Amino acid sequence: MSQQTQAADILSAPHVLEYPYRRSVGPVLSRFFTALRERKIVGVETSAGRVLCPPAEADPETGAAVSDRFVEVGPGGVIESWTFVAKPRDKQPLARPFAYALIRLDGADTALLHVVDADPARLRTGARVRPRWRAETVGEIGDIECFELETSR
Amino acid sequence: MSDAERKPVRSIQTPMRLTYHYTAGIATSRFLHGIAEGRILGQRCPVCTKVYVPPRGSCPRCAVATEEEVHVSDRGTILTFAIVRVPSENLDVPLPFACVHVLLDGADVPFFSVVQGCPLDEVRIGMRVAAAWVEPDRLAPTLQSIRWFEPTGEPDVPFDQLREHL
Repeated sequence: MSQQTQAADILSAPHVLEYPYRRSVGPVLSRFFTALRERKIVGVETSAGRVLCPPAEADPETGAAVSDRFVEVGPGGVIESWTFVAKPRDKQPLARPFAYALIRLDGADTALLHVVDADPARLRTGARVRPRWRAETVGEIGDIECFELETSR
Repeated sequence: MSDAERKPVRSIQTPMRLTYHYTAGIATSRFLHGIAEGRILGQRCPVCTKVYVPPRGSCPRCAVATEEEVHVSDRGTILTFAIVRVPSENLDVPLPFACVHVLLDGADVPFFSVVQGCPLDEVRIGMRVAAAWVEPDRLAPTLQSIRWFEPTGEPDVPFDQLREHL
């Protein structure tokens, strides 16, 4: 049998691999997501007095358990670092070009990874941003649709 | 505000979805065309003589192309199994069921499927099973043409004869 004859018979088909996970968030992130549902952003204080946002169960510098003191941060913050996505793919958060950014919210000592909806010409490290909330919040990170530059209005 | 809204958020949905377009290649395409005719085709390695099913066109041990096509039986022996009690999307089998590796007669590597047709506590290594195909008019080039495997009632295969395949 010739290779050409076989080639015509080669099968191909769409193949979707999907894992519909639901993940337990634990006591600390539970406070973060519950606050998001109320359109608030909270961080947690470490024993050294630093504020982690997003909150973690342990201080990343010492490994010690964090305190039970949750503090509201933001909603505004500062872009610490960013990368621009010129051609978003299907599952990315915005259908138009956007930036992923590390955002240090006011009152926090660590940065939150989120989306910034802005013209790349106006993006810069140090720029101030604020959250754009969804009309309906359910207690997940996507309750903040994205951040936008404070000077854009 | 509903009760659900007042309760703390304890979990979040984190779905993963990967959208591929899978091309089967020459060997696996021929295997799937065989399945559509109710036949199981394997390929024999020219060096170690092991028969692979489904065939991938090469022998991973010997790193050579496999071309010789061999017909493999739709009967075989359970090499190992696991009982599944949680539902899975896209798997149209009543719960609970047994996932099995079946060593088809004439093949050297196990074939993945599920077992139906007997109490789960009777499923065992060495048990003889046969493929339960879909109705002939529903045969298609997909492994869904084999619904599952069912016990044949033949005597078990002694473990020593299976050892090298485990």
